[in-house]
Amino acid sequence: METQTQTIEKETKETTGHMTGAEAVIHCLLAEGVDLIYGYPGGAIMPVYDELYKFQDKLQHILTRHEQGATHAAQGYARTSGKVGVAIATSGPGATNFVTGIADAQIDSTPMVCITGQVGSHLLGSDAFQETDIIGISTPITKWNHQVTKAEDIPSVLAKAFYIARSGRPGPVLIDITKDAQFGELDFKYAKCKGVRSYKPVPETDPKTLQQAASLINKAKKPMIVFGQGVILGEAEEELKNFIEKTRIPSAWTILGLSALPTAHPLNVGMVGMHGNYGPNKLTNECDLLLAIGMRFDDRVTGNLETYAKQAKVIHFEIDPAEVNKNVKADVAVMGDVKNTLAEILSKVESNNHDAWLQQFKDFDVIEYDKVIKEELYPSKEGLSMGEVLRGINEETKGDAVIVSDVGQHQMIACRYAEFIKSKSNVTSGGLGTMGFALPAAIGAKMGAPEREVVAIIGDGGYQMTIQELGTIFQTRVPVKIVVLNNDFLGMVRQWQQLFFDKRYASTEMVNPDFVMIAKGYHIEAKKVTKREELQTAIKEMIASKEPYFLEVCVEKENNVFPMIPTGASVSDIRLE
Amino acid sequence: MERECYTISVYTENNIGLLNRISAIFLKRHINLDSMTASVSEIKDVFRFTIVVKITEEQVKKLVGQIEKQIEVIKAFYHKDDETIYQETALFKVASKLLFEERQIQNVIKESNSNIVTVTPEFFVLEKTGRRKEVEELYDKLEPYGLMQFVRSGRIAVTKEKMHISKIIESFGVDTV
Repeated sequence: METQTQTIEKETKETTGHMTGAEAVIHCLLAEGVDLIYGYPGGAIMPVYDELYKFQDKLQHILTRHEQGATHAAQGYARTSGKVGVAIATSGPGATNFVTGIADAQIDSTPMVCITGQVGSHLLGSDAFQETDIIGISTPITKWNHQVTKAEDIPSVLAKAFYIARSGRPGPVLIDITKDAQFGELDFKYAKCKGVRSYKPVPETDPKTLQQAASLINKAKKPMIVFGQGVILGEAEEELKNFIEKTRIPSAWTILGLSALPTAHPLNVGMVGMHGNYGPNKLTNECDLLLAIGMRFDDRVTGNLETYAKQAKVIHFEIDPAEVNKNVKADVAVMGDVKNTLAEILSKVESNNHDAWLQQFKDFDVIEYDKVIKEELYPSKEGLSMGEVLRGINEETKGDAVIVSDVGQHQMIACRYAEFIKSKSNVTSGGLGTMGFALPAAIGAKMGAPEREVVAIIGDGGYQMTIQELGTIFQTRVPVKIVVLNNDFLGMVRQWQQLFFDKRYASTEMVNPDFVMIAKGYHIEAKKVTKREELQTAIKEMIASKEPYFLEVCVEKENNVFPMIPTGASVSDIRLE
Repeated sequence: MERECYTISVYTENNIGLLNRISAIFLKRHINLDSMTASVSEIKDVFRFTIVVKITEEQVKKLVGQIEKQIEVIKAFYHKDDETIYQETALFKVASKLLFEERQIQNVIKESNSNIVTVTPEFFVLEKTGRRKEVEELYDKLEPYGLMQFVRSGRIAVTKEKMHISKIIESFGVDTV
């Protein structure tokens, strides 16, 4: 009896009671299963930080060195764990520093709850110290946002925030809490949000569309799949695999879909888009059926829409009704969660094989290998290539690592050449293309999947945009491996300048500091590689290390990433040189 | 595709930030609003935006998709002019002395189907409700005499087809707002 009473008391204690709004924030987070948040304190959020101090045994707070770092870390955490990432900051500059991370999470559909402090409600609109209209600012880049001015609203608003962030097509939610709401008192009671009256996270699947899709699939002679992050967000990797193995349809991916299907899978035909593989881009304009699965036809994927897959019927598996017919007209739109729709369509499609068609992809692979890949992975020139670094990492990690990449040439090389055997292993800023993403995102990625090796691949430009997060690594000792591929250039912009601006290298050459010394300043083990014969040993040492590790690899300065679809060109006009 | 006049009707929860969220969707795409009107609707606690734009049907479809995607939007529709009953209201403030100095003005008022809202020794206010063209006609007739003030509202519209908003709300299957 006594034990039972104690249990009940404990449960009650955890979920109800008279308390301040600030304490309620902590209890809401705990009730949502949050045990780790990223943030930076400041005036308007101090009551919540005071409670964080009291609850530090239950809720770990990671102090990043900049609020932007907190958002990217929360994103990295969400991407590897599949859970909602949480970031917290003060009002004014704290809140505005969140903006890039929020926009990144919005366009890449990352579930994230951002909490910002706000000046007292009596000061709202008075241009008070560190007052900024973060609700107005964040409106176009959040899935939902809300300002709380009363303590008693905190539980229901936060419950709704988590529900909205994670349900349907996920996204970032920002909750702005005035200081008086944090100090105010309430009788706390938490009920998880089970639905919002005006919001349907997952549209219903019309069985007719499944039938129509199956019929098109069964009839198709040259079908091709392009899958995106929807497969990962919907945890539909197994369903995708079953579907393609039954239908034997060649399957390509967008950079955010990468790792949903193992690299070595025989039906994995590579990446589509601007720097994607030769075969899938060329054959997009030859297939008779294009199956888009959890992807949104970004312009970097489609190139010129006027000449994109015009010969093909298009089936779009999609959770977000606003994405259907947005860029590419779908002949059949299969709405719903891909985990369900792919499972349901499995019994309706016939076992098939498309060996001759698949061979066409392989033929293009041979051409691409000869013209591009061979030189990238096994350079004949003296200078190191980015590709051989990735090859070296593959050799040591056997495709088991999480690869976090920043934005630019190294990102394209990482996505093209990194090998994966598990899902949720590719963390990169896709839609927004946020330089500075990778270092903080790697911190979050490692904390979201502590059992996994996490290797950040970063260019010398992006690295310096959030380099201060080395401080976070130093303080937390989170064992991330940082590889900076240093070409002393903003390489992707330089490549465009070379190809499209007559080699006028305007402001792309970087005079870089001693990166090894900087890492060592943060007591992070660091090494610099300039010669090929040192490379593999250094990678081996880095991967073997149980501590954070920094590796700078000085690569050839003026290498270009190919293949490439020039902006505005058709996918089938992809260039190999 | 040709640009046409579309009336977008948006049923929403009563949320302070929603106006901003909806107008941002137009702003981002550089689409000018002809008018936007917000009011209560036939359902308790449900608000209604009436937005008028001149764009192509493809554009309006995508816009409605983006609007519906917003969490607190219950449902958005778009209609062509012949599918709705729509009106605008205009107020004309005119100097009272003109009623005596310019006798024709009395005929203009009589023929216009407008209402005199108020009369003071200094001015009177005419209210005209109707289609844009009717309001413009009256404007053209009164303008030569001199208008002290003129203002016209955005369009409000009801549709000929039924709006099953209550059913749609039920279909979300959730009581909580």
